[in-house]
Amino acid sequence: MTEPLLRVRDLRVAFRSGKKNREVLHGVSFDMMAGETLAIVGESGSGKSTTASAIVGLLPGTGHVTEGSITLDGRELTTAKRAELEHIRGRDIGYVPQDPMSNLNPVWSIGFQVKEAVRANGLAQGRQEVHDRAVEVLQQAGLADAARRMHQFPHQFSGGMRQRALIGIGLAADPQLLIADEPTSALDVTVQRVILDHLASLTSERGTSVLLITHDLGLAGDRADRIIVMNQGEIVEAGPSAEILSRPQHPYTQRLVAAAPSLASKRIGAVTTREEAKVETAPTVVEGRDLVKQYSIRSGGLRSEKFLAVDGVSFSIPRGKTLALVGESGSGKSTVAKMLLQLEKPTDGEILIDGEATSTMSRAEVFKLRRRMQPVFQDPYGSLDPLRSIGNLISEPLHVHGIGTRDEQHKRSLELLDQVALPRELAERYPNELSGGQRQRVAIARALALKPDIVVLDEAVSALDVLVQDQILHLLSDLQNELGLTYLFITHDLAVVRVAADLVCVMEKGRIVEQGTVDSIFTDPQEEYTRRLLDAIPGASLPLGGVGP
Amino acid sequence: MSRPDLDRGHYVAPADTMSVPVDVVRIDAKPSNLWLDSWRDLRRRPLFWISAAFVLLVIIVALVPTLFTQVAPNSGCLLADSNKGPTDGHPLGFTRQGCDIYARTIWGTRTSLIVGVLATLISTIVGIVMGALAGFYGGWLDSVLSRIGDIFFTIPYIIAGIVVMSVLPQRNELVLAFAIGGFAWASTARIMRAEVLRVKQADFVMGAESIGMSKFKTLLVHVLPNAMAPVIVVATLSLAGAIVAEATLSFLGVGLGSGTMSWGLDISQAQTNIRTAPMALFWPSLALTLTVLAFVTLGELLRDAVDPKARAQR
Repeated sequence: MTEPLLRVRDLRVAFRSGKKNREVLHGVSFDMMAGETLAIVGESGSGKSTTASAIVGLLPGTGHVTEGSITLDGRELTTAKRAELEHIRGRDIGYVPQDPMSNLNPVWSIGFQVKEAVRANGLAQGRQEVHDRAVEVLQQAGLADAARRMHQFPHQFSGGMRQRALIGIGLAADPQLLIADEPTSALDVTVQRVILDHLASLTSERGTSVLLITHDLGLAGDRADRIIVMNQGEIVEAGPSAEILSRPQHPYTQRLVAAAPSLASKRIGAVTTREEAKVETAPTVVEGRDLVKQYSIRSGGLRSEKFLAVDGVSFSIPRGKTLALVGESGSGKSTVAKMLLQLEKPTDGEILIDGEATSTMSRAEVFKLRRRMQPVFQDPYGSLDPLRSIGNLISEPLHVHGIGTRDEQHKRSLELLDQVALPRELAERYPNELSGGQRQRVAIARALALKPDIVVLDEAVSALDVLVQDQILHLLSDLQNELGLTYLFITHDLAVVRVAADLVCVMEKGRIVEQGTVDSIFTDPQEEYTRRLLDAIPGASLPLGGVGP
Repeated sequence: MSRPDLDRGHYVAPADTMSVPVDVVRIDAKPSNLWLDSWRDLRRRPLFWISAAFVLLVIIVALVPTLFTQVAPNSGCLLADSNKGPTDGHPLGFTRQGCDIYARTIWGTRTSLIVGVLATLISTIVGIVMGALAGFYGGWLDSVLSRIGDIFFTIPYIIAGIVVMSVLPQRNELVLAFAIGGFAWASTARIMRAEVLRVKQADFVMGAESIGMSKFKTLLVHVLPNAMAPVIVVATLSLAGAIVAEATLSFLGVGLGSGTMSWGLDISQAQTNIRTAPMALFWPSLALTLTVLAFVTLGELLRDAVDPKARAQR
């Protein structure tokens, strides 16, 4: 048997906090062959990124390797000196970081930063040579007219282009091993697909091994030869991708595979096919007619440019159903949500609730309307005031609308905690004691306080881990059945739409390109753009998301 | 133990560790928010207790000076006692005018603290109002308020204090506090504005609007409490600054009249005799230094405590 390129044995990593050592990796062992693509999959806090940083010797803060060994091509990395490690980083191990927005220095041009990498790795000497090599690096990373782009700054690049530049820097020195830590999590699916395709062709050409860190099982299944599943600092399962995904053995992996939404999944809570038929007959609760939203963007001095965020959008949602508004970043989907919530006024067009126009409503009428319509926002860490207790936050809408006495409000907040399956004791607690999923439950409870019949979910599950996301989606579905809620579900994730919505509108650049029932759109997309979106979802061919037992 | 990947087959960890349910709620921990966590952090620091105790002592002295001395600080001074050393009942000796140094220092605390607290209250309240309105409402209001702040920012408040105090016919604690605080609010306003701009981006502000809360109430209930931490730190530090400013103005002779007790005034009067009677200068200076030091230490500890990042690094 050939020697593995990377050998990790019983790796333990701990973070010092105060005088105590908190161990976060409890003995991780694996091998990587030359030319192999290995994916480490796990939820946040599973230790996947820590494993990657330990390999490149860049553990953040007080993190340090306490035990075990990491060998690259026979060289021990855990005991290597700083200078040696600096030599190895870049030349032997390339690294592509997660966030393309913050990993390029905004005050230096892209060219400067690529040249820096070229020089640091001793790839070329002399001004002209370094410059030529840097252009070459960017060209290989798939940036069109790289020579001109050298002088541009990170803010002039889109997310995808920045990630290409970072991949270029990571691969500049032709390393044996490339570590890509969630390289495309911040990008739209279509961009993600192009970037990963390009990365795969680059690395297979050169025979580079790729260690892919991701939370996305589908993506790991598509891109990696082998998968390691991690949970709470330990490897729970490892093996060939196809086998892990089709026959997961460990209960945790099984749960993970079952919870991952994919195109093949079914709608959560869909009882019979008869439900489908009812979509047509239920009365319309929310309707948008030719909505237009124009912003003027100040472009220096007194001039301003017009920008059409939403351009003639029409949709309607029948009572008790879920309409998903899907689109990539900048498609205008959140602006539609804000207009519905009366947080933005449409430039043109009309929003009707139960057939009543909202644009002509008085302030008092809008205030009354808010009782019927509540939002849940994306960021579970920003949507709850950190200085107020959970009980206080949940009953605040009641307080604002003057419903009930203080005691009644308190009682209602306890009921709501029951409804979202949180213990009543939490009423006296504060948001920063809770996890993201729990905060999102609190946000849902708060949204339900006024007994609304319409709930706007603006990327409400996007920031959550797969298992928690699955839990919240089930909760939303249960609440919908129980209370007859109508949902407007804003998301960028088509796989989530598959499991959570009845109807879908696909948005691109402020327009709706296609709309229909989820089943019809997913099985038979009519528009090129919709098809591209669907094709870009990782793991389309994999048996994820509740298929099977 | 079977090792993953050693045989390159399919490795499965023993499953007994995996009975933990998803997303468990921990209700055993103590309630925690910014202020509770800060308090827990402060409570464990000895320096906090030392400076807090000293501040408390200063406050008690200012409130009831008669607890500490029965000697009148201003009346009954005998020129015969001029610059005399300590005697029975007069532990720190006498000033040039023959007044008891100990009594004057004790009574001087009240002036320093009143002026310091009043000036800080004025500058902090004005700063919070200006900064919060500018940051929250933005637009032309922001432009107007921020420019006004900029103008005040360029005026050194000692010079402004000198001008105000020498022009006004009446000199008392309140006037002095206005002269100091009225020109020191600009930096508080800037900090407040920046904090409000940060906080108002949070989704919970949009959430407050979507449940029908008015803008002004949102500012009061949700934005201000979340933007207060740095302002409170600055207020503690500027209280020390205001005490120094009072002493400085009194030293320069534009503070309170000679009929009042003030550390700055005593220091100023004692400096002419520094060679022959240095103790008359030393005691009020020591009182001033310790008081200012206590407030500054308290402010710095508070700054560390309300910053979760600084807390984590210790």
